[in-house]
Amino acid sequence: MGYDLKLRVWRGDASGGGLNEYAVQVEEGEVVLDAIHRLQATQAGDLAVRWNCKAGKCGSCSAEINGRPRLLCMTRLADFAEGDVITVTPMRSFPVIRDLVTDVSYNYEKAREVPSFAPTPRDPDGKRRMMQVDVERGQEFRKCIECFLCQNTCHVVRDHDHNKPAFAGPRFFLRYAELDMHPLDTNDRRKLSQDAAGLGMCNITKCCTEVCPEGIKITDNAIIPMKERVADRKYDPVVWLGSKIFKRGDRASREEV
Amino acid sequence: MTDTTGSPDTTGSTAAGAPTRHPMTGNRLTADSAAEGHGFEEHEYDVVVIGAGGAGLRAAIAAHDAGARTAIVCKSLLGKAHTVMAEGGIAAAMGNAYPEDNWKVHFRDTMRGGKMLNHWRMAELHAQEAPERVLELEEWGALFDRTSDGLISQRDFGGHRYARLAHVGDRTGLEMIRTLQQRAVALGIDVFMECTITEIFKTPSDEGERVSGAFGYWRETGRFIVFKTPSVVLATGGIGKSYRVTSNSWEYTGDGHALALRTGASLINMEFVQFHPTGMVWPPSVRGILVTESVRGDGGVLRNSEGKRFMFDYIPEYFKGETADNEEEADRWYEDKTSNRRPPELLPRDEVARAINSEIKADRGSPHGGVFLDIASRRDAEFIQRRLPSMYHQFKELADVDITAEPMEIGPTCHYVMGGVEVDPDTGASSVEGLYAAGEVAGGMHGSNRLGGNSLSDLLVFGNRAGIDAAQTALKSGNQSLQVRDEEVRAAAERALAPFSIAGAENPYTIQYNLQDLMQNLVGIIRKSDELSTSLREIEALKERASRLSVEGNRQYNPGWHLALDLSNMLLVSECIATAALERQESRGGHTRDDFPGPDPHWGGRNLVLTLGDDGRVQLRHQPLPAMPEELQDLFEAQP
Repeated sequence: MGYDLKLRVWRGDASGGGLNEYAVQVEEGEVVLDAIHRLQATQAGDLAVRWNCKAGKCGSCSAEINGRPRLLCMTRLADFAEGDVITVTPMRSFPVIRDLVTDVSYNYEKAREVPSFAPTPRDPDGKRRMMQVDVERGQEFRKCIECFLCQNTCHVVRDHDHNKPAFAGPRFFLRYAELDMHPLDTNDRRKLSQDAAGLGMCNITKCCTEVCPEGIKITDNAIIPMKERVADRKYDPVVWLGSKIFKRGDRASREEV
Repeated sequence: MTDTTGSPDTTGSTAAGAPTRHPMTGNRLTADSAAEGHGFEEHEYDVVVIGAGGAGLRAAIAAHDAGARTAIVCKSLLGKAHTVMAEGGIAAAMGNAYPEDNWKVHFRDTMRGGKMLNHWRMAELHAQEAPERVLELEEWGALFDRTSDGLISQRDFGGHRYARLAHVGDRTGLEMIRTLQQRAVALGIDVFMECTITEIFKTPSDEGERVSGAFGYWRETGRFIVFKTPSVVLATGGIGKSYRVTSNSWEYTGDGHALALRTGASLINMEFVQFHPTGMVWPPSVRGILVTESVRGDGGVLRNSEGKRFMFDYIPEYFKGETADNEEEADRWYEDKTSNRRPPELLPRDEVARAINSEIKADRGSPHGGVFLDIASRRDAEFIQRRLPSMYHQFKELADVDITAEPMEIGPTCHYVMGGVEVDPDTGASSVEGLYAAGEVAGGMHGSNRLGGNSLSDLLVFGNRAGIDAAQTALKSGNQSLQVRDEEVRAAAERALAPFSIAGAENPYTIQYNLQDLMQNLVGIIRKSDELSTSLREIEALKERASRLSVEGNRQYNPGWHLALDLSNMLLVSECIATAALERQESRGGHTRDDFPGPDPHWGGRNLVLTLGDDGRVQLRHQPLPAMPEELQDLFEAQP
């Protein structure tokens, strides 16, 4: 049943730090966050860690476990051998605040840059109608719990801080795609996603998809289709001419932002 | 407004010269400015909303739209509040699935679910306004599941006569919080993330006293922050973290309840705590995590160790008329609701939780001390994965259980507090001028028991109402008389720092652990007079120990310190719950007394009101229930 887990946790702040070793009593069925909590309650009361739901729904407890971006609450100890040392470090792409807590404000700044949803007017009865098949595309992207593991793992910004101002990151490509595929939205965000959000910097290595705890196919279902939409707008002369001559179809009702 | 960036890195200051500040604590270092003023970062707003869940965000949006300079202050990152955990849906009588549904039916269901102890006016407003609040979310980008003709789909839930819950799979809370979060960001509302409010300030006014500001600390740096504001909206959620087995997160420490008490407002119905019938029970690390009621709404049934659908044995007299008494009728109901009665698995939550508790006590439970929730044998795998994707994921990842192939083990978990700040139903105003409450922290709406789905709609309806009135009050007051006294601010800072200077060596984590144990064991689902009395004595002992607790480390992102400060709220609110539970000598809704097993009409007509006396002790008084107008009473004469 229970055993003493060998845990290495990064402790420190912006000025520096290092891995501390601990032995923590753990029980059957526990996850890494349980071990961190027990460590906090019994040996290191000031150990900084974010968490909320402990059920993989809120995306607070993102960190790197043995170097892999994971949610602490969804990583089971049973996936490791009892003798294994588990190393927990903060997300690397964001400035550390203290211990496992990082400054993720980059993501909140990028969120502010996305022009908001702008729907068509309601139907005469005051309701709106959309077909299930049409909302499902956006629903996949709205499963995002904003754990920012995709942002953390994306090589465009990981170890390349200088790219951050020009690059919104996979989480926000999801958002652009969601709005672009929304049946009732009236904005055309294709130019913006290419220019300001840096969609073109992504070279679809799918690292984001691999670490997504919600299993969202970020690259295949959001980024690649967005890239295609951007390419259509920019390079396809027939699409360009059509958009000038015929004001119809999905695109005609959309306003470029 | 002096500084509205909301960033912990900015030095909030007045225009008159930038003072030198300590790089981490942000405290003013220059001597001349330290001589006057309190020396901490200060902001001025018309409305400060505490909490960024559904109610807080909705209140902030409403206040902003009403023209108020508005700030949101929250303990976690934006988008992580407990609303994100809500699964099933938002109850609103939109009539998309059943045109027969309307606000009157919803009102009636809500009142009966709360065993008629609800404030009728809140239940009325809630039922009337919920549909428009849901449509509004769609306006802001929410993508609800659809009916075949493209309208918002509505699903079945316990206690609701018709399929009524607008939903997105089983992650409706995530959709709601994300939608509101994105709306608040689009409107440019200032958000102070990872910032905890510890005190609310008052100032003399024409009517006595009114709110003038709030005091708190940035979790990241530990530095203090002062808000000057005529209106504070409490939207801090519940108290569940005072129990061992709970679906609630670390934030649920009753902050708003305690702040309200200390500011002079009253709490009602605190004895009513909802234990959700279905929380996970195995493995131990996930004990308490919520299993949505939608599992039962979508066809799941409860079975004991003998394989029996035991809920048929627990249909109370009160709900006999609307509940199926045999499996055939219950199963037909999923397809045809007009000519069949509801399955007993979909009785209100208090009834189901008590029944599960009885089965476990009678040794008919599952191997790990729960009962079985079975949808695998009743619906095909494709249906389950489509309707309940996050339940599938949760059990697969955390418990190694495939819910499309085997039953889940579940048991009751502390989920929600019906009690809260006593408010004016139309505005959310408390008895203290300028202090508002909305959402779980407010009391009255749900009576003695809340129906599933009525929480998300409550957040929207009353968040909106509180936000509007808070803005109007603030704009009327014109802010001219607002005063936050420096010595009060300094005293608040001293109180917050006390755990660092006390060498008492009590560990906050240990005290929290002890409190959770005691509340679980003595003030849980089934209560007794002697156990409740014991609990009060033990809470008193914990309070004494808490006065000697000390924390290690420094002020920078120190969870031990944060818990030490939250603990005083948890202890105060736990005392309120135990006090009211001991007083109410009957069983009703979320309050079950072993020594008074049935409901009692005498108690059915009264609320218990709690306040904090000058001596710091909790005081209790009885108050008659507000009288329902006749036209609403008539709704209860006509049988379903």
